[in-house]
Amino acid sequence: MAERRHLLDVDDLDREDMERVLDTARSFSEVLHRPIKKVPSLRGKTVVNLFYESSTRTRMSFEVAAKRLSADVLNFNVSTSSVEKGESFKDTALTLEAMGVDAVVVRHPVAGAPWLLRQWLQAAILNAGDGMHAHPTQALLDLFTMQERLGELQGRTIAFVGDILHSRVARSGIKACRAMGMKVLAVAPPTLLPPVALEGVVTGSDLDDVIPHCDVLYMLRIQMERQKEGRFPSLEEYTRLYQLNMQRLGKARPQVVVMHPGPMNRGVEIAAEVADAPHAAITAQVSAGVAIRMAVLFLLLGGSEGGEKVA
Amino acid sequence: MVFKERVKVMEEADIRRAVQRISHEIVERNKGAADVVVVGIRTRGVPLSLRIAKALSAIEGMEVPVGRLDITMYRDDLHTMSQPVVKETHLPGDIEGRNVIIVDDVLFTGRSVRSAMDAIIDFGRPASIQLAVLVDRGHRELPIRADYVGKNVPTSPGEKVKVALEEVDGEDGVYIGCEEE
Repeated sequence: MAERRHLLDVDDLDREDMERVLDTARSFSEVLHRPIKKVPSLRGKTVVNLFYESSTRTRMSFEVAAKRLSADVLNFNVSTSSVEKGESFKDTALTLEAMGVDAVVVRHPVAGAPWLLRQWLQAAILNAGDGMHAHPTQALLDLFTMQERLGELQGRTIAFVGDILHSRVARSGIKACRAMGMKVLAVAPPTLLPPVALEGVVTGSDLDDVIPHCDVLYMLRIQMERQKEGRFPSLEEYTRLYQLNMQRLGKARPQVVVMHPGPMNRGVEIAAEVADAPHAAITAQVSAGVAIRMAVLFLLLGGSEGGEKVA
Repeated sequence: MVFKERVKVMEEADIRRAVQRISHEIVERNKGAADVVVVGIRTRGVPLSLRIAKALSAIEGMEVPVGRLDITMYRDDLHTMSQPVVKETHLPGDIEGRNVIIVDDVLFTGRSVRSAMDAIIDFGRPASIQLAVLVDRGHRELPIRADYVGKNVPTSPGEKVKVALEEVDGEDGVYIGCEEE
């Protein structure tokens, strides 16, 4: 059987594959500035957004991307579906398959869920975030945004700051940055760092130490419920030690790029003035998201099934 | 697959003269070059479009805008390609009401030109779209014809036509041959 193509995590891609996705995204980003922001590349293909976790932004980004490529989009949200009636994940998946979909974009609170779908379905599977595990399109759009701001990424330094332990954004992002030849730092309170050392990552807990050495400061969202778990004593203390504020930004390199996967807690992990500063590439990340998801959908569905594996 | 050439049908001087003649024909037909935009189809249409724009500029004494078009997103045979590569498209300014000259190296089935027209229309509504090709080799599969032709080269469907251009291939020449494993 012809090999199906999927994007489950960034480990599916070597550096050359990533460069191809980034180049393709660059070509597609031009489409977003045309008077008619739509090309017929995926006419007649059907993409399902299967979201078991609410995420308006990621779902909308995939939806816009698929629509810009002329694919038909179905949105399957857990709250509006028969999952509430107790339908199993597998039955839902098989139902979608029976409707003849070409790609399933899946977000699921359980790590590994997209891998199950790959076993059950003929369609191309795109992981839009599974548990605390992986979020490959986020990692790719982050690379795209960094390239736009910095050019060559080889040898650049990025620090992921905040809740590394629970973050699929960091987990995929770290792999992607390392594959591109970047130096990766992880900065967090010890309770929010993974217990097992991350391969090739320098970890630390002092943000002020790290800031002057970074080309990119990647601020992760603090989930308020983590404080209830006792991961840090108080939000005030976290903010004092780990918030990127104007004073800390002043110690950074002049061309430093500030990133955040959204949605931001202004005033917690990032100060409002920093989010609005010219260093912040946060809205650029959103635009890059559409271009990257267009590129990934195109590379997975645009070619023939017998073709080489992209992703 | 390796291209094996059999006959050289255009020399460097022939290509130069064809570009000159096509440029004069464009000026004649459009009564100057004031509203002309030249757009090359990637890959070899791009250097040809630059040559034509340069000749037009010299003839009319004015800058003629040039663009480049990647038609991968518009192809009707995407499902047969294993790994399509999408390159950048750039059109110079607004094409609304302009006369757009599409430039390609070889006109064969007409499907690339169909894709190119679809792409251009997504950018606006030009006054006209015209087609200039270096070689017309026949065997159309769509009702499309060229407005400006460098040379008509009768071929059999199984033959290949290779256009070599200095900017891409290091030399100018047009060859007929076949592909061999």
